[in-house]
Amino acid sequence: MEIKNEDYYISYNNETTTINCEGSLRLGGITDYVPVVELFNRVLDMEPPLITFDIRQLQFLNSSGINVLSKFVIKVRQKKNVQMVVQGSKQIPWQGKSLKNLKRLMPSLQLEWM
Amino acid sequence: MIKIFGNIIEKPDESEGYLVIGFSPNSIPIQQRWRNNGLSADFLADYIISFFPKTKNNPNDIDKHIEIKGIVSYVANELLENAMKFSDKNWSFPISMQLQLYENSIGFFVTNSILDKSVAKFQTYIQTILGSDTEALYIEQLEKNATNDNSTDSGLGLLTMINDYTAKIGWKFEVNNQRTIVTTIVQLSI
Repeated sequence: MEIKNEDYYISYNNETTTINCEGSLRLGGITDYVPVVELFNRVLDMEPPLITFDIRQLQFLNSSGINVLSKFVIKVRQKKNVQMVVQGSKQIPWQGKSLKNLKRLMPSLQLEWM
Repeated sequence: MIKIFGNIIEKPDESEGYLVIGFSPNSIPIQQRWRNNGLSADFLADYIISFFPKTKNNPNDIDKHIEIKGIVSYVANELLENAMKFSDKNWSFPISMQLQLYENSIGFFVTNSILDKSVAKFQTYIQTILGSDTEALYIEQLEKNATNDNSTDSGLGLLTMINDYTAKIGWKFEVNNQRTIVTTIVQLSI
């Protein structure tokens, strides 16, 4: 599963159960994010025991995108049988500032800085 | 008539240097214009960092550049997105963003028209933000968004600026020929 665009690239690797997001995701609100949300939901429907969310190369994410990511974390939290690791980069300012909020939504979520 | 909310500073004197960009909100459809917000935000961020010295191979300077570029890009993009979303498309009043560099801060002044019917709702939202624990409000907003798949606006832009970027924000509403324009003023410490 993947979404490719001149600004961003999103993919899911079945073997490592990793969602990878790269580039710049600054879409115009909830409707424009529908394909992204659908990809995330398809991953969650498979209920892998662990979802790794690799955003180390995600340079920009707007607040609508933060909303999408946060909603996904809440859905994972509701599953009980799925754990989540978010891999971020301190070299990307928005991540250093905003990723901590995901742990407030799901305390068992692991944040790995790489 | 002028109404002020939050923390405002006046636009600097014209004799001082500043950068301003302007858009016509209704010249092309918003969908086509959207990508321009990110490009403009990145341009403004690149412009601002040129004022910060970078000594070759000094990791502190390089980190500072990355940090400033990231915060200016995020805040400018959010402000442009809001201006684009909420401006009155039936009026050709331009959207403008002025950027001002101070000794220890950066000021953003974004002016746009706003639909009359949206003014009261927006002012109520501003008062909610100003009177709340914004960290708690942020989580509350996310939990609310999670249960509502039909919400079209995340309502997170201003809250992330305040909580994660320690931005000071103020709003100035002015009525001009019976139409309302709003200037959003954001100050970021650097």
